[in-house]
Amino acid sequence: MIRVVLPAHLRSLAKVQGEVELEVEDPVTQRSVLDALEARYPMLAGTIRAHVTRERRPLLRFFACGEDLSLEAPDALLPAAVASGAEPLLIVGAIAGG
Amino acid sequence: MSRVRVLVGTKKGAFILSSDGKRKEWQISGPLFAGWEIYHVKGSPADPNRLYASQSSAWFGQVIQRSSDGGKTWETPDGGPVIEPGRMSQGESNKFVYDVSPESGKPLTTHQWYDGTQHPWEFKRVWHLEPSLADPDIVYAGVEDAALFRSADGGLSWQELPGLRGHETGAKWAPGAGGMCLHTILLDPSNPQRMFVAISSAGAFRTDDGGKSWLPINRGLRSQYIPDPAAEVGHCVHRIAMHPSRPGVLFMQKHWDVMRSDDAGDSWREVSGNLPTDFGFAIDVHAHEPETIYVVPIKSDSEHFPVDGKLRVYRSRSGGTEWEELSKGLPAKDSYVNVLRDAMAVDRLDSCGIYFGTTGGQIYASANSGDHWAPIAEHLPAVLSVEVQTLP
Repeated sequence: MIRVVLPAHLRSLAKVQGEVELEVEDPVTQRSVLDALEARYPMLAGTIRAHVTRERRPLLRFFACGEDLSLEAPDALLPAAVASGAEPLLIVGAIAGG
Repeated sequence: MSRVRVLVGTKKGAFILSSDGKRKEWQISGPLFAGWEIYHVKGSPADPNRLYASQSSAWFGQVIQRSSDGGKTWETPDGGPVIEPGRMSQGESNKFVYDVSPESGKPLTTHQWYDGTQHPWEFKRVWHLEPSLADPDIVYAGVEDAALFRSADGGLSWQELPGLRGHETGAKWAPGAGGMCLHTILLDPSNPQRMFVAISSAGAFRTDDGGKSWLPINRGLRSQYIPDPAAEVGHCVHRIAMHPSRPGVLFMQKHWDVMRSDDAGDSWREVSGNLPTDFGFAIDVHAHEPETIYVVPIKSDSEHFPVDGKLRVYRSRSGGTEWEELSKGLPAKDSYVNVLRDAMAVDRLDSCGIYFGTTGGQIYASANSGDHWAPIAEHLPAVLSVEVQTLP
């Protein structure tokens, strides 16, 4: 089970509290996790990745295991601890604006 | 007894204010969509329980919300869980993509940027939602960068009406200070094929064929801040208003100048008259007096607050030119708020109610056509839009 931590705005949009748990088949990558997330919570489509380009929105970052994974390729494997469910994938809104 | 529901969009969520026909006691519910910018909330004239809201964020993009019970509960139209085997929901209700298809679309070219260079079109947010007068599932969306979208399935999916963005003048359109937004959509009650839109800062446009083709309607506007003050396009129109009984008569608050057209926008004349300043954003028409109009004069384009810190509405009972100050109940000093373009509305009760919201988070209402005002909400986040529903 993959664990994902959403920023507060997206938790309220998806009507979830706390972490989201997702079934994701191997390989566990940013793309496969976000595909599974959007399939389960379609209202999140377009909020993390742009609709057409599927690129990460510029004011969002991805972190896991203390590492910034935002610039990793979408199909790069996520850390084993994320794939095993030991650690969550963190989707974080940039601290910008007010 | 009739009731009134005021739909308020703010920088940090939406609020719904409700009252009976006396409009003295108000209940406030919200914030809805807390923390998100709500540019606009509007109800369907055909079904007042059907509401649409534009929810957006620089971080998370655009979301469309819909209610079918007058705002008690909300849903993202295509946001439910996937329940049909093999069907992958795509969150289409949040998806605004310019139509560049060879069959129906227009090439996604460029428009003019602030520095005069050309800049690619980029969708940013929905500024204004305008439900159809007849069908609650049909709704139009005015977006930034300026384009017009339409949904015929209750906001489930959106299709651009590309004839507008594809107009031959498109490369000359430029953003105003707030972005290049399509902020006004007026539907002609007497002619389903006719509608008007306004874009900052391109100007006003009219279609007479249901949105397939568009005509710039800016003759008579003069804007000293552009190279050709009388250009066909390039004017920073802030808002247009119409009375439903006279859809050929339009009133405009331009960047500077209050304007009037008696020929559906074919020509305009200035009716600023004795206003203390003719800069402003909001303009609206009395529900039962088509020649009675309201504006909130703002000092200037660099000082977005009332002259001398006195928050005042101005009313003309002659369709412009002659204006009277309406200040009873409004702050007489130290008010340095703004009233944005979509933040004024009227109800349709016998004694017409006028409402406006400020960037200081106040909602002011008058239950007697503007003669007396009182705050019906204070300390809200900065108000972006105000709409009113008059309910049986």
